[in-house]
Amino acid sequence: MSATTATAQAVRLGPVSGRLRWRSVLVPLTTGVVLVLVSALSLGRGDFPIGVGDVLRTLVGLGDPSQAFVLLELRAPRIVVGALVGTALGLAGALFQTFARNPLASPDVLGITQGASVGAVAAIVLAGGGGPAGALLGGLGVPVAALAGALLAGSLLLALTWRSGIDGYRLVLVGIALWSAAAALTDWLLTRADITDAAAAYVWITGSLNARTWDHALPLLGTLAVVLPLALATSRVLGVLQFGDDTARGLGVRLPLAQTVVVLLAVVAVAVAVAASGPVTFVALVVPQIAVRLTGGSRPPLLASALLGAVLVVGADLAARTALPQALPVGILTAVLGAPYLLWLLVRGRRRTT
Amino acid sequence: MTVPVVAPASPARRMPVRTRRLLGLGLLVVLAVVAALASIAVGTRSIGLGDVWRALADPSLATDDAVIVRGLRIPRTVLGLLVGTALGIAGALMQGHTRNPLGDPGLLGVTAGASLAVVLAISLLGVGTPAGYVWFALAGALAGTVLVYAIGSAGPGGATPLTLALAGAALSALLYALVRALLVGDAQTLDSFRFWVVGSLAGRGADVAWQVAPFIAVGIALAVANTPALNLLSLGEDVARGLGQRIWPARAVGLFAVTLLCGAATAACGPIAFVGLVAPHVVRAFTGPDHRWLIPCAGLLGAVLLLTADVLGRVAARPGELQAGIVLALIGAPFFIALVRRRRTVGL
Repeated sequence: MSATTATAQAVRLGPVSGRLRWRSVLVPLTTGVVLVLVSALSLGRGDFPIGVGDVLRTLVGLGDPSQAFVLLELRAPRIVVGALVGTALGLAGALFQTFARNPLASPDVLGITQGASVGAVAAIVLAGGGGPAGALLGGLGVPVAALAGALLAGSLLLALTWRSGIDGYRLVLVGIALWSAAAALTDWLLTRADITDAAAAYVWITGSLNARTWDHALPLLGTLAVVLPLALATSRVLGVLQFGDDTARGLGVRLPLAQTVVVLLAVVAVAVAVAASGPVTFVALVVPQIAVRLTGGSRPPLLASALLGAVLVVGADLAARTALPQALPVGILTAVLGAPYLLWLLVRGRRRTT
Repeated sequence: MTVPVVAPASPARRMPVRTRRLLGLGLLVVLAVVAALASIAVGTRSIGLGDVWRALADPSLATDDAVIVRGLRIPRTVLGLLVGTALGIAGALMQGHTRNPLGDPGLLGVTAGASLAVVLAISLLGVGTPAGYVWFALAGALAGTVLVYAIGSAGPGGATPLTLALAGAALSALLYALVRALLVGDAQTLDSFRFWVVGSLAGRGADVAWQVAPFIAVGIALAVANTPALNLLSLGEDVARGLGQRIWPARAVGLFAVTLLCGAATAACGPIAFVGLVAPHVVRAFTGPDHRWLIPCAGLLGAVLLLTADVLGRVAARPGELQAGIVLALIGAPFFIALVRRRRTVGL
């Protein structure tokens, strides 16, 4: 892309005028198209390949029942969960990185996904060991335990950072402390567990889309339907927050409210995503960085990050199911696909700032 | 990161900077000595300081206490001092060079490279003891950082702190993905790996301390030599260049020191993230941004933290032990959060 496409253009439509940057429109559009294509491809591929024509027929309700079962009950939920998880993680990563003005500030580093891991590993490990805590956690089930862990970590992050407002720097420092405590708890639970439980827990903390059903997708869909529009609505405020707290206050932003809303939205998005799929690492860290390099703005774009996250997770899942001899959890593939891409962008990139 | 938060000068803290630094340094030295003595005396079998002294003064003494002190406790304490110092200094260097409060020394691919090498050693070669992991972990750590440097400096802008940090994060994620791919289907390897990855001083003899000591010594020397340059660099690269500082050699020396220190520490004890992250933030509260004070103080605090955690781990779960890495994070995290909240942390 040349420099002319990266700069903003003034657009005037009758009484309405605004700035329009073509790349920040083109990138989400292209990404959306890619997402649809990858999802369609993913629907047809697998142990039981189904042609494009049959896929389309089944989607409009004309296919035969066995194909309908495979497509609508086995593959579609998995793809939808993957896309939603990717959306949530990409969005949350962009929110955190913009808010903390730090490209390394992702929910993985700030302890939220680790909190979910503690909940899930405790549910897996302690349920086998008996005792009241084990019975309680086992009864809740792994997804609910993970959700509780993530929300607990998120509220701790918010509460402990709060001092008449949320300072991005303090958020990051409190976050790494929470991360290291939660990581230590997870590791400790793993060393205490029976090795079969530990192996099962290890698969969970890698992040997997195996055997996901519509029951996993619906809560995620409902939450994102609320969180995504709200997050996009904060986009303007986020842009102002970038100039620093004093400038933002001077420009009339109600700082504590705006900060709380941004962090809360990010925490909720991460928590529901992690409860559905386990901590699919790296999406929240890498996707906003890829998105900002594609759109060429001054900060990670929210919508493009969300869509790119969805593409990365769905694509990784497709690769995990079809390209590899042994089916690996999707959390491994997101890193294997995403990391080289970010590295390549770094090697040829022109950008030197966040 | 540029959030310079200057703490308001309250009357209690109007003490001259030099006095404050000397007091802090003195306190850290005392704490390190106390922690080392406790580490020798406390354990499953408590040994009085008198017996410790007799065991040290008379090498021919062969009582049970003397054998334990000389054969187990002293090597473990020395290793704790070495590794803790290395991690604290590596953390201060890393945060100074990346100017990022999340600048964990493992970020340069050290921890991820070491983890992958250890997993390969366990699963392919059947290595199963901490002493056996040392060389594999060290080689993996060095290979990981070389890759991060190569990629981080390949871009048109050369190696900036940001590209290095991002390259490190991306490459670490890639290497961890390989680690997980190897572990997901292999419960036997996971069974050994899960005890390495928590980070512990237990079960490492004097031989491990001797193996890593030269690397740590060279790393500390390079770090100390790097401090004046680091002070200039923290004024911003342009100012530093204007003052006659050559940027790239200074960065290379500093990051090489991080690699040696953190690689050796990880090889000896497994990954212990907390020390390197936290020690510099804590001491920066009284040393200020001057790296000539920050680096030795962070090293001392690192040693204090690791030894204290190790001693607590021995006492907490008698007759078993809690690994130092776990104690450190679980007890250290609340303290650190309290510190972050109480005084306004000094920005980088």
